[in-house]
Amino acid sequence: MAAAPDHKPTFAALSLSERLDKAMPVLLVPLLVVLGFLAIGTPSSWMTLTVSGLAMGMMIFIMASGLTLVFGLMDVINFGHGAFVSVGAFVGVSVLIALGDWTGTASLLLNMSAVFLAVVAAMMVTGIMGWGFERIIVKPVYGAHLKQILVTVGGLIVVEQLIHVVWGPDEIFITRPETLKGAITFAGAAMEKYRLLAVAIGLVLFIAMRMVLRRTKIGLIVRAGVENGPMVEALGYRLRMVFIGVFVAGSALAGLGGVMWGLYQEVITAGMGEKMMVLVFIVAIIGGLGSVEGAFIGALLVGLMQNYVAFLEPKLALVSNIALMTAILMWRPQGMLPVVKAK
Amino acid sequence: MIVNLLSGDKPRSAVLTALLVLILICLAGAPFIFDGVRPLDTAARICIFILLVASYDLLLGYGGIVSFAHTMFFGLGAYGVALASTHMGRGFDALLVGSLSGALAAIVLALLIGLFSLRVRAIFFAMITLAVASAVAVLVSQFSGLTGGEDGLTYKIPRVLTSANRMGEFLGTRISGKILNYYLVFTCALILFLLLLRIVNSPFGRVLQAIRENDFRAEAIGYRVVWYRTMATCLSAATAALAGSLFAIWLRYVGPDTTLSFEIMLDILLMVVIGGMGTMYGAVIGATLFILAQTYLQNLMGGASEATAGLPLIPDLLDPDRWLMWLGILFILSVYFFPTGIVGRLREGRSA
Repeated sequence: MAAAPDHKPTFAALSLSERLDKAMPVLLVPLLVVLGFLAIGTPSSWMTLTVSGLAMGMMIFIMASGLTLVFGLMDVINFGHGAFVSVGAFVGVSVLIALGDWTGTASLLLNMSAVFLAVVAAMMVTGIMGWGFERIIVKPVYGAHLKQILVTVGGLIVVEQLIHVVWGPDEIFITRPETLKGAITFAGAAMEKYRLLAVAIGLVLFIAMRMVLRRTKIGLIVRAGVENGPMVEALGYRLRMVFIGVFVAGSALAGLGGVMWGLYQEVITAGMGEKMMVLVFIVAIIGGLGSVEGAFIGALLVGLMQNYVAFLEPKLALVSNIALMTAILMWRPQGMLPVVKAK
Repeated sequence: MIVNLLSGDKPRSAVLTALLVLILICLAGAPFIFDGVRPLDTAARICIFILLVASYDLLLGYGGIVSFAHTMFFGLGAYGVALASTHMGRGFDALLVGSLSGALAAIVLALLIGLFSLRVRAIFFAMITLAVASAVAVLVSQFSGLTGGEDGLTYKIPRVLTSANRMGEFLGTRISGKILNYYLVFTCALILFLLLLRIVNSPFGRVLQAIRENDFRAEAIGYRVVWYRTMATCLSAATAALAGSLFAIWLRYVGPDTTLSFEIMLDILLMVVIGGMGTMYGAVIGATLFILAQTYLQNLMGGASEATAGLPLIPDLLDPDRWLMWLGILFILSVYFFPTGIVGRLREGRSA
């Protein structure tokens, strides 16, 4: 009997280009920032633009994260996601207006508690609404993409019209709380305080979300469910319940995004969610549907790109995002960090 | 002969046949049956929207592809005519050049979007068309030097087609160029509609339906799914652009709100679903009902709102501006309970 052949597995070190290819999605953000610097030239305006780009990116990420997770987990694409953004903004702004005494004074504590209450109210309402939306609108059409798209668009229309019924047909203007007005000047660059706050909230949320997804049991189940749903169910977990939880959380996040976006723009309309959906979809697609990290990178890219281009050539701002999406889809047709499905 | 014209796709229901014949007669004789400007305008809108909705049905009902860029193609056709008429002066050559270049632009754009997104997953298509369509709408309103921005463009069409051209009286109705214009719209819409009917009943249409039902199997049998889907997108885009050209010829005005807005896209979706997906007659019924409701039902809702003025909340819900909400609810219910729409119901009723 011949001896078994020698088996010496060798692990060739990854070549530089392979490593670069793997790290590329993460490197794209700093790359874009550097390119922006080269294109803009003046450091102070570049810094202002970068901060507002990051702030915008964070807000889009907050709105997009729920959408992309819901898709990854249950293959449900929710075109009505924008409705939560609008409702969140209207609820939040109503609370802020009702607490006008708190937001009018220059006390940081009172201002922050008003914003906090507004955010909590908005997230509660949109969370409950998300639960209802899932029950009434999404549940009957599982597994049928065509019907899902149609029905969720119908839901979007109805919710938008209901906003008109409750809050009236006009747009609502809102001023930011006193302590969030104005800007900080740093090295000659003016950075609005509110944008810095938005960047901070976005970063905290992203890290928290990553911790939940990577370090907790529920996160493990969600990630496993995205990768291979039937297997998780076979192990005895009720993926339906997990899914409803994720849907509600995603809706609440969309509501939070709505409040933040409303304060950023200082005006809210019933159609704002619908408009945001365009950016949210672009972000979800270039990030890779189902991938939270991808959505984060995508959102930062979109936010930065939009602000840089709006400065350089205002008319091309939205088109630049389409160009970005096209370029990334040519490079990676499934998005930057595609979710690997075990099938 | 008639069966041939309909490409062998008979209505297959007595009620449906009666409805279709009624609609055809009303549209064909609109200038003589109804008095005044408003009914004629409504009839022209119905003709154009039947064509537009039918072209969308080719994509949604037969191909199973959801697109949100249909108004973009519609707008391309409309702006094609508008720009050509502005820069070439009034004349039929401008209308022709405008329509053809609009349709060509629509085909090229549809091809690009299709090749990009349909290659990966059909669901990408819905999202990417939404993004591209909104980008185009923004571009149109920003490049106001070329497109007139939010105000849109007004331009002149050949004098023969305007109400300034009087041609005597017939059956008690004054024949003016406006009526000639109406028949231009009506005839073009009818011909293109019959052409669409021909397409969906051809082997190409059958393959599309097969792909809608099971794309994996269709690919396995040997049909190139991406190619078929892209072709369907291009065909539907070109027809939508031509419908847009007709709209521009009829209105003598184009603007972002009337041709490119997302609201019109929603209207088209509602018309297709309520009329019935996957059959061209659904487009006829859906568009006719919807436009009639849009024109006349809102008055009714206004009345109901005033009648209930004393009650809380109800007048707000019945406000004429809120009619889209009721349509939205109707839309959701019809996707759940009557996915085949009115036409599907009528046909079922017969076979049962």
